[in-house]
Amino acid sequence: MDFVIPLLILAIPLCMFLLLGILGMKMSPKVAGTLGTLGMGTVFVLAYYTAFTYFFSGSADFVNGTDRLQYIVFNVDWLAFTPELVIRLGFLLDPISAMMLIVIPTISFMVHLYSLGYMHGEKGFQRYYAFLSLFSFSMLGLVVATNIFQMYIFWELVGASSYLLIGFYYTRPAAVSASKKAFIVTRFADLGFLIGILILSFYTDTFNFIDMTSNPQGVLASTGGATFMGASVLTWALVLIYMGGMGKSAMMPLHIWLPDAMEGPTPVSALIHAATMVVAGVYLVARMFPVYLVETAALEVVLVVGAITALYAAMVACTQIDIKRVLAFSTISQIAFMMVALGVARPDIHEGLGYMASMFHLFTHAMFKALLFMGAGALIHAVHSNDYTAMGGLRKYMPICHITFLIGCLAIAGIPPFAGFWSKDEILVAVYDYSTFWGVWMTFVAGLTAFYMFRLYYLIFWWNEPVYHHKPHDAPWTMSVPLIFLAAVSVVAGLIPFGKFVTWQGHEYIIHMNVTVATISVIVALCGILLARTMYRKENTLPARVKAFWPWLHKAALHRFYWDELYLFITHKIIFNGICRPIAWFDRHIIDGSMDGLAYVTNKASYAIRGFQSGNVQMYVWWYLIGVLLLGAITTICVL
Amino acid sequence: MEITMIYYLVPALIMFCCGVYGFITRKNMIAMLISLELMLNAVDINFVVFNRYLFPGQLEGMMFTLFAIAIAAAETALAIAIIINLYRAAKNINASDLTQLKH
Amino acid sequence: MFSNILIYFVVIPLLMLGGLALCRNIKQVRAVAVTGSLALLGLSVYLLVDYLAQRAAGETAQMLYTGTWSWFGPLNINLAVGVDGISVAMLLLSAIILLTGSFASWKIDPLPKDFFLWLILLSTGVFGFFISIDLFTMFMFYEVALIPMYLLIGVWGSGNKNYSAMKLTLMLMGGSAFLMLGLIGIYYHSAPEGQPLTWNLLEISRNASISTGWQYFLFPLTFVGFGVLGAMFPFHTWSPDGHASAPTAVSMLHAGVLMKLGGYGCFRVAIYLMPQAANDLAWIFLILTGISVVYGAFSACVQTDLKYINAYSSVSHCGLVLFAILMLNTTAMTGAIMQMLSHGLMTALFFALIGMIYGRTHTRDIRLMGGLMKIMPFLAVCYVIAGMASLGLPGLSGFVAEMTIFVGSFEHTDTFHRVFTIMACCSIVITAVYILRVVGKLLFGPVYDEHHLTLTDATWWERTSTVTLIISVAAIGCFPNFFADLIKFTFSPAIFSVIGMN
Repeated sequence: MDFVIPLLILAIPLCMFLLLGILGMKMSPKVAGTLGTLGMGTVFVLAYYTAFTYFFSGSADFVNGTDRLQYIVFNVDWLAFTPELVIRLGFLLDPISAMMLIVIPTISFMVHLYSLGYMHGEKGFQRYYAFLSLFSFSMLGLVVATNIFQMYIFWELVGASSYLLIGFYYTRPAAVSASKKAFIVTRFADLGFLIGILILSFYTDTFNFIDMTSNPQGVLASTGGATFMGASVLTWALVLIYMGGMGKSAMMPLHIWLPDAMEGPTPVSALIHAATMVVAGVYLVARMFPVYLVETAALEVVLVVGAITALYAAMVACTQIDIKRVLAFSTISQIAFMMVALGVARPDIHEGLGYMASMFHLFTHAMFKALLFMGAGALIHAVHSNDYTAMGGLRKYMPICHITFLIGCLAIAGIPPFAGFWSKDEILVAVYDYSTFWGVWMTFVAGLTAFYMFRLYYLIFWWNEPVYHHKPHDAPWTMSVPLIFLAAVSVVAGLIPFGKFVTWQGHEYIIHMNVTVATISVIVALCGILLARTMYRKENTLPARVKAFWPWLHKAALHRFYWDELYLFITHKIIFNGICRPIAWFDRHIIDGSMDGLAYVTNKASYAIRGFQSGNVQMYVWWYLIGVLLLGAITTICVL
Repeated sequence: MEITMIYYLVPALIMFCCGVYGFITRKNMIAMLISLELMLNAVDINFVVFNRYLFPGQLEGMMFTLFAIAIAAAETALAIAIIINLYRAAKNINASDLTQLKH
Repeated sequence: MFSNILIYFVVIPLLMLGGLALCRNIKQVRAVAVTGSLALLGLSVYLLVDYLAQRAAGETAQMLYTGTWSWFGPLNINLAVGVDGISVAMLLLSAIILLTGSFASWKIDPLPKDFFLWLILLSTGVFGFFISIDLFTMFMFYEVALIPMYLLIGVWGSGNKNYSAMKLTLMLMGGSAFLMLGLIGIYYHSAPEGQPLTWNLLEISRNASISTGWQYFLFPLTFVGFGVLGAMFPFHTWSPDGHASAPTAVSMLHAGVLMKLGGYGCFRVAIYLMPQAANDLAWIFLILTGISVVYGAFSACVQTDLKYINAYSSVSHCGLVLFAILMLNTTAMTGAIMQMLSHGLMTALFFALIGMIYGRTHTRDIRLMGGLMKIMPFLAVCYVIAGMASLGLPGLSGFVAEMTIFVGSFEHTDTFHRVFTIMACCSIVITAVYILRVVGKLLFGPVYDEHHLTLTDATWWERTSTVTLIISVAAIGCFPNFFADLIKFTFSPAIFSVIGMN
């Protein structure tokens, strides 16, 4: 494959960022927005072309019989540490990166288009488009990375663009602190990622994904059985790398930044904090999956963390008031589903079905979650509030939004034939085959998902109608078109024969329905929906009674089980007051004090000595006389 | 009774000690100057005596004494001049009070 | 003598001094300063190109453009010059910072002429230091670079300037005393018995006649001597006060270039001449520099004065330079040099911006400012970029330097090095904390002080200064291999085996 088109996929957003970033203020918002959208549109076309070429051209570069291959389009040396350890910037085409080449430009283009309406008239419109382009560039660079260090580079860049976009409304203190929190929490996770990379590359002497994944046994062998604190170093490396993924994908206990990140503009939440950046952690584990397979202890970690996070986030989502936060927790929960699927993927369970299911869910989730967020954006645009308490009965006023939102909810709840059903069903099949315990656990979470999504749906579109100062109405076409498009995708995406395209080794996998699991999951989802309908369709006292039944649980869930308070305690009380301030004090008083003390002693000593230089000749004579006498005495004693 | 060197040296020593004592204890500059002269003269006597007794026939000691007397005269003149000027400026020739130049 | 290009790095500043002496008003002063700095920048770019061309042509001598002219025969003191990749990079760095520093002190007041006189004298010392390969000349230039600092801070500084100037000068002089002792010690062991002694670095390393026992004595002396200037814990305490009180251009030059003299000297003298001791005693200094890295970062987290924050961050970043040098392998040391370049540029950018903000708001206390993004967007954006460079965002210089250091440090397999490497890695998180704290408080959020609303954004000379620095930072960040190749030759394995390291 020619390198020009893949290069353009990366270069266009970058150039757009530089252009809009430097000259944006000289342009009118309209020009800037159009330019940005057109640029992304071009990338959209080119990326689809590339992905379709990869999947369908049948070229020997990409396919060997029915097996899909990994193909490096280009790979340029960027920084050579040693002859072997070289950071290269390249473009890797394989099933998952090609899939991401569809997901990212689709969502990104939709968000660009949607923002034309949503962000209309905002101050800093040009800046917004510049940041969006930067993000698209970084995210695309991340998914096509040929080596782990390139991934780390773009990983940091998506973190920075996420920081800039969350803090877009920079005059709002809440947005500023949310952006700061997001950056620092993910930075902390990236520390683990970095150390993991260092350990792994030290033993394998390479950064390249292909070198590692094509020979995972060699990776294991290269560590020479070294262990650290009871676990093999490879486990440590993989768990630390997963820690980076936990940060970006908001797994417990590093999830605390994602709900706050909702302070950013809603389209940004749709793009970054629902569809693309937050799945980077899943993508990372998927990318390294063959290596994880030789050290299944790390996969156990992935599974357990994912499962706990899924339940936790689903429980919290049931109580939140801010609709974007509900969606944020639902995102955490759904990403945890993907992680769990990766955690249970084994070659001997349906040829690694979990891997395929995870990627499938990543794909469908990106579509319907972006849809839900954009729908939420349209609602917020209409009623100027984030809280469901300011909404209700909106189905009459906003039909397009209502239908598309309903489709999104059905998709995420896992009702056939919507997209979420197919992917979630595959995940559950994989989990049940791995262990019934986790299967039941995840089915319960799926039921909760249906419940909290329909709770949201009924509270927004049914329930009781508050007094609207302005009559809410549907959004302009720039916002409706993406909604309709994504709703359409969410309806049909599940019918894609995903196993044909994306599997962990590139072998084709034929999906066959496991009727038992499918029936259970649909029944559970319907139960969740029915419960939500009973409680929230019309205003009644049932929710209050349920709340009163478990007051402590509700309160804890409303406060997100006090994770934020815990973090505040750690950062402020322990790190700031317990480490930073004592160190600063130590520096000012001990280190500085010892230097000042040295000067003080010198000063005092010279004052003390200066008494001898009194200028009083008579004193001098005295001292002289004493000296002479002493000398005389000594001489006499010596002579005698 | 033969007059030996010791008959000269002891009074010279007494003179010198008086000079030292005077120089250390007196605050008046004139008195200090006089004490200084006493010490000088004591040393002069020693020179002359040593010359006369130990190296008769040579003149170094005598010459040195003459030289010292001349220097002492010049020094006294200079010192008196300074003291007079100090007195004019400060109305005081007490050494321990004249400390303006110290700081 | 004047056929050697390197001499002009000293001649041009001297000519500038002469020119400044003739100046009658501030316009002429600016003209001289800018012309001279541009000439120096041009010269260093030319040197860089020519150097690379010579290397590409297969020139394998360790130092190029060497020349020696006798200065004081009886003690074998020569004016000996020569450069390798590191020196070229450092000369380029110094020229860029001198130029931007001149722009940043466009409106210096009072006594602009005298200010520039001292500033140029200081840079004469800096340039002279980087071109010298004779220990004595090197030391002389080192002192020339240090002394003007006292006057520059004492006269044009702000805040508690007398105290800071005195503290800085005395501490650095204290370091020089150690250094002098070490250098004289090296001189008396510079050649085997019966052969003439020498101050020349290359000859000393070729002779390799310093016995191990003497190395153990002289290495700490020279390392600490240079380490004081490199802000090594616990000798860093001049840095916060000194930087806080110094005028903008002096902070820029001091943090940007002068602190690099420390790192450069540690490598070029201490480690290069006494590899055995370096190998055996590195652990002591690794502990100290490892502490510097984390300690500086933690201290920066709670400061409220912009310059103090940046000074502590310099302690942390310069600690990383010395830390990497002590790792004694090609990768980490390459990283150390890149970190010197990177830190020099970005800290100069920081200090320039702080100076510009201070010049407008007349306060450096972050508690008394807020929302500057709205008032002075250009400066604020530059500040964010500088912050991003400092916390190691890929595409800017900090990232490549830190990563090279970490990868290099990780080549050591023992637990001691591992623990300290991971500790140093932790600094990237702490750096993010204090940078974002400042950015969030200073630039974002609501406007704190209503009076600030009337302030203006950057003027053209300020824009020139900051944009030049940002371009340099981005150039290193985007094309790191160019710089890595430039300095790689110095740290090539062949050289390492000659000086007895692994």
